[in-house]
Amino acid sequence: MDIALFSALIFLGSVTAGFLGSLTGLGGGVVIVPMLTVLFGVDIRYAIGASLVSVIATSCGAAATYVKEGFSNIRLGMFLEMATTFGALLGAAVTGMISTRAIAVIFGIVLLYSSYLSAQGRPSTAGEDAPDFLANHLHLNGTYPSPHGPVSYQVHSIPTGFSLMFLAGALSGMLGIGSGSVKVLAMDRAMHVPFKVSTTTSNFMIGVTAAASAGVYLNRGYIDPGLAMPVMLGVLLGSFFGSRVLMISRPKALRIVFAGIILLLGFEMIYNGLTGKP
Amino acid sequence: MIFKKLAITDSRLDEIIGNLLRAGVIIASLIVLAGGGEYLTRHGKELPDYRIFHGEPSDLRTIPGILESASSFRGRSLIQFGIFVLIMTPVLRVAFTIACFGLQKDRIYVGVTLIVFALLLFSLAGGNR
Repeated sequence: MDIALFSALIFLGSVTAGFLGSLTGLGGGVVIVPMLTVLFGVDIRYAIGASLVSVIATSCGAAATYVKEGFSNIRLGMFLEMATTFGALLGAAVTGMISTRAIAVIFGIVLLYSSYLSAQGRPSTAGEDAPDFLANHLHLNGTYPSPHGPVSYQVHSIPTGFSLMFLAGALSGMLGIGSGSVKVLAMDRAMHVPFKVSTTTSNFMIGVTAAASAGVYLNRGYIDPGLAMPVMLGVLLGSFFGSRVLMISRPKALRIVFAGIILLLGFEMIYNGLTGKP
Repeated sequence: MIFKKLAITDSRLDEIIGNLLRAGVIIASLIVLAGGGEYLTRHGKELPDYRIFHGEPSDLRTIPGILESASSFRGRSLIQFGIFVLIMTPVLRVAFTIACFGLQKDRIYVGVTLIVFALLLFSLAGGNR
């Protein structure tokens, strides 16, 4: 297989990655890393570099649509991004001191359980629409477009969500993964943000988190232009389609796709943790 | 009344940021596309070599190196420059959001975004290596 064919195949795989990544708010890395390492036999470090590029590409490619249409909540994203970026810096700093393999296994189990919860949909809790003092004070409540006009929503449990975002950042710093899964789960389950707002706001945040780590990976020589080229172009195209599909799809269908992907991600994390792959 | 005013400026903020992101993405893809064309015409028939990690040469690893070698218009250097433009897009977006919240006189969020921006720059500079 020569470079031309190799690039063409990676481009096609990346279109899928960008499509799923932008639809679920997980970023393209979930698909890119296993595709490159397992199918194409690429060294994990090159794969991580390409995955990072794919996360930024998914985020920017889809965000242009989501932000304009008014799905993603910029205040909420920025507010939570403080916790994530800080968590990522701390996580990267303590990497040498703790067992990342044990963390990967625990994280995998949490994902399996979350996948089950996500597929169930959200239980309607009493007082769902009671105003939250912090959310009001910080202007975090918002509206999102729907076929029947704008729907307003209330954000809840700010301290819990903020702590979970810190954890999401720490996990991505320690394990070198995008933490879109924890971001979506924190907003959806803990903060009671509508599912489409959760995935699109996560989509906005993962780009900022990934840009923060990009300097480090670039310096370590993980980002190879020959590999990054088909990945970036493919992911951008895929995220362009993904963002359009999200706008017209039912939240219930999105939940099922999301649950299926984090189920696979959970198995992947447990497997990697047990076998000691990075 | 105040709420209504805030809502209008917020959707304008969304619109401007949406356009900024789109512009960043389009510029980055055009550069990568040009570099990719050049790279594939020259190396398309060779065999890919990614099984063993070699790391990138220093002119493709550091920001000054990337900026300098981009002017050579070689395929790989151009692609790396396009990737750099892509990485800078979210960074610019955060910087721009600071300005927008400033115009809205939303002091809490100017502070919030400044903190994110500072952490981002610290991290981009390789602060957590």
